Amino acid sequence: MRRWIYLIALSLACCSAQAASSSPQPPQHGEELKITDNPVGRYGGTLALAQRSEPKTLNPVTAADAPSREVIGSLVADLIHINRSTQQTEPALAKSWSLSKDGRVFTVKLRRGTRFSDGQPFDADDVVFSFQAYLDERIHSPQRDLLIVGGKPLQVQKVDQFTVRFALAQPYAAAERIFDNIAMLPRHLLEKSYQASEFSTTWGLTTSPAAIAGLGPFCLKEYVAGQKIVLQRNPYYWKADREKNRLPYLDELVFLFVGNEDAQVIRFQAGETDVISRLSADNYALLSKEAASRGVEMFDLGPSLEYDFLTFNLNDLQARNLENIAAKQVWFQDLRFRQAVSAAIDRDSIVKLVYAGHGSSLWGNVSPSNKFWVDGALPHPPRSLERARELLKSAGFTWRPDGQLVDSHGRPVEFSIVTSTSNAQRMKMATLIQDDLSKLGMNVHVAPLEFRALLDRVFQTYDYEASIMALGGGDADPNPEMNVWLSTGGTHLWHLGESKPASGWEARLDQLMQQQMVELKYKERKRLYDQAQEIIAGNVPCIFLATPDVLVGAKKDLANFKPAILEPTTLWNVEQLYYSPENGARPGAK
Amino acid sequence: MRNKTKLAGAIAVLLSLHLAVFLAQFLAPCDPAEQNRDSPFAPPSRLHLVDVRGRFHLRPFVYRWVESPGDFHQYDEVRDREYPLRFLVRGPQYRFAGMIRSNLHLFGVDAPAQIFLAGADGYGRDQFSRILYGGQLSLAAGLLAAAASLFLGLLVGCISGFYGGWIDESAMRLVELFLVLPWLYLLLAVRSFLPLRLSAAQTFLLLVTVIGTIGWARPARLIRGVVLSARERTYVTASRGFGASDYYILRRHVLPETLAVLLTQAALLIPQYVVAEVTLSFLGLGLSEPAPSWGGLLANLQQYNVLVSYWWMFAPALALVILSLGYLKVANVVHECLQSGSV
Repeated sequence: MRRWIYLIALSLACCSAQAASSSPQPPQHGEELKITDNPVGRYGGTLALAQRSEPKTLNPVTAADAPSREVIGSLVADLIHINRSTQQTEPALAKSWSLSKDGRVFTVKLRRGTRFSDGQPFDADDVVFSFQAYLDERIHSPQRDLLIVGGKPLQVQKVDQFTVRFALAQPYAAAERIFDNIAMLPRHLLEKSYQASEFSTTWGLTTSPAAIAGLGPFCLKEYVAGQKIVLQRNPYYWKADREKNRLPYLDELVFLFVGNEDAQVIRFQAGETDVISRLSADNYALLSKEAASRGVEMFDLGPSLEYDFLTFNLNDLQARNLENIAAKQVWFQDLRFRQAVSAAIDRDSIVKLVYAGHGSSLWGNVSPSNKFWVDGALPHPPRSLERARELLKSAGFTWRPDGQLVDSHGRPVEFSIVTSTSNAQRMKMATLIQDDLSKLGMNVHVAPLEFRALLDRVFQTYDYEASIMALGGGDADPNPEMNVWLSTGGTHLWHLGESKPASGWEARLDQLMQQQMVELKYKERKRLYDQAQEIIAGNVPCIFLATPDVLVGAKKDLANFKPAILEPTTLWNVEQLYYSPENGARPGAK
Repeated sequence: MRNKTKLAGAIAVLLSLHLAVFLAQFLAPCDPAEQNRDSPFAPPSRLHLVDVRGRFHLRPFVYRWVESPGDFHQYDEVRDREYPLRFLVRGPQYRFAGMIRSNLHLFGVDAPAQIFLAGADGYGRDQFSRILYGGQLSLAAGLLAAAASLFLGLLVGCISGFYGGWIDESAMRLVELFLVLPWLYLLLAVRSFLPLRLSAAQTFLLLVTVIGTIGWARPARLIRGVVLSARERTYVTASRGFGASDYYILRRHVLPETLAVLLTQAALLIPQYVVAEVTLSFLGLGLSEPAPSWGGLLANLQQYNVLVSYWWMFAPALALVILSLGYLKVANVVHECLQSGSV
């Protein structure tokens, strides 16, 4: 009889211990919590959202795809974080930092008393280990390039248990922004696999939750292959609200795998998910129609940082067997031809038909929502077929009686635009541009390709004539864009593999971008970057088309929901979200 | 007797569909590539007989569609002016059968109104015109492919059935290979090998070739069966005794036996091949923008919001259904007639 009572008591104790393991721990003595200024919420609830494809790994250093990064974002924390709403840096695991006068030495002081989700303490040794993993060439982290300044990787040095020093090879303007999204890893769990050179394969999806620990608001609870990942509250999370309640408020975060955007929309409509982001304009309109009756609210946050553009193949094709394309490059390389194409494109229709009005036309690479860096003085010429014709005439083109455009040698102007089949918006843009350019007498052919085949042609074989692509969106600061505008950059799409700048304006652009990278004062940087934008807009290496608005939706009773333009648009403040049955009014609603 | 009226009905429907598609350039009020960027996804125009003032008009008329401000792709009629339906109007130029230039259209309305009998697509292009023009491609591809595969099947089936032996064995193994391969996946792979730029004519020929070469296997087997039984007939043995050549026997005695199978197969294969072309275009392997084809028109429905919000985008599917049912009916009746006839 007694044995049964003991067993029952024991099992009850275990159950409550299980439940208690995910409830927030009371603040310890000596623990330096970060106090947030959000409205105080209440504990409880589960947030569910749907992902278009399954994550591939939970390893923050090797993850490259968006679904993995979305899940990992809630499991880890960084030293200095960019607040997605204000777009400025704020202290995270680092409570303060300082930059030396020459701009080369960055000293960071860590928060004391911080613990990982398994209760182990966090200190400078973990920081040094984390950077070691990120900078290790054998691991090939996609973020490694971001930590290379002036051609040399950051040098990390432990000063004492809660102070770390970083040495940069040259002064770097946005030094604090480098640390965003560089996750701090638990040395006590990962050092062994790092020494055994198995780091790249640790923390895969099937890893047991006990082997994963992080400093993010949530920790892994379970993974059901093909269905979902469930995260539960990190009981030791280092943020608390004004009333010293340890965040996050939510008990659980669930990521469902649904396959594509339409499935996401269907689940959101059915109420199975609470938040939806990266909506296309058509689906946004569909969801807005019944928003009130379904208890959800849809948000249009204004233009995103992405820019869509049409680019011509200006690569050096000498060594390759592509005479057809090389012959057409004579047209593409003429500035007046590109300007004429830009003048003939109906950007208003693109915004109206492709983005249903939820977008903005673009004439430069910086979106209007990037208030700190956009050059307001850039001209926005309206569409003009007459101006396009003038430009073509001055470039030596003429028209046959049937309207077909021919060049000075009598060859009819025709080319193809390749675009990805998986992106319906860009296919639509291609069709609209085809129609616009037919009014100039150009014979344009739309060639949809599977995404990987498209990337292969644009980046490897250069076997294409024109392409519609999109870039941008990572950060508001110009530095992540260096790869696109530097003539040696890896995403300098239209002319890859340049060992030196191909023209005078490209050399000038290189100079400006290098200068703004090391200039420490904002005003001077802005002046340099304005000049860079003017060169880009004037020489049209890419013809900028439009930028979509950021469109998201959430259940009405989700409080503290403040979606931002930077990714992750809906989950950047997940630790502050909570459920309140009273429908609180939220800013930014439309 | 009842069969005859059913057959007549089915043939009438089929003939009018084919005639409409043949005369697409004349019947369609708009150019299929003409974009009306102010009317994306405009619903079908409503034909009215009574205007706002209560007056009855003998000639039906339409009102202009204008987008509701604020609402996404919702349209209101602007009732300030009636646009009567006019017949035999001058409209966009076209080339009939690739040769005769004209700009005469069966019906139309004055600018700036549009008559969208089957609504408009995402670029404001008239769906009715696109269905007619698209039908030209889809039907032509189906008919030509059916002809090609029946010809091939007849050839192989006759030779292998008539001669037997190792010719028969190898031909039939080849037939089995064609029946078993997963063609859809092979086609998807083939697409990435094709050059980026195929002219419309090249794409069309490619479609016909692809569909025709996939489908010859089944008719070949059926015809082989008929030939096998036909060559054992007594009159065939008799003509052989009289010194008839193989060719004579095939032409005079065996081929007529296959007529029943050929006709039924034709009536079955044509709609199948039209659907095959639709499938290929739906998957992006057919003609590219802006050329219309039924598959390309139906591909718009792959997007969830189009599927639930714009019902008129289903119209090409209706045309396909009518086509298939008509041919099926013809096949049934032909089969019954020839069966009962030959017994």
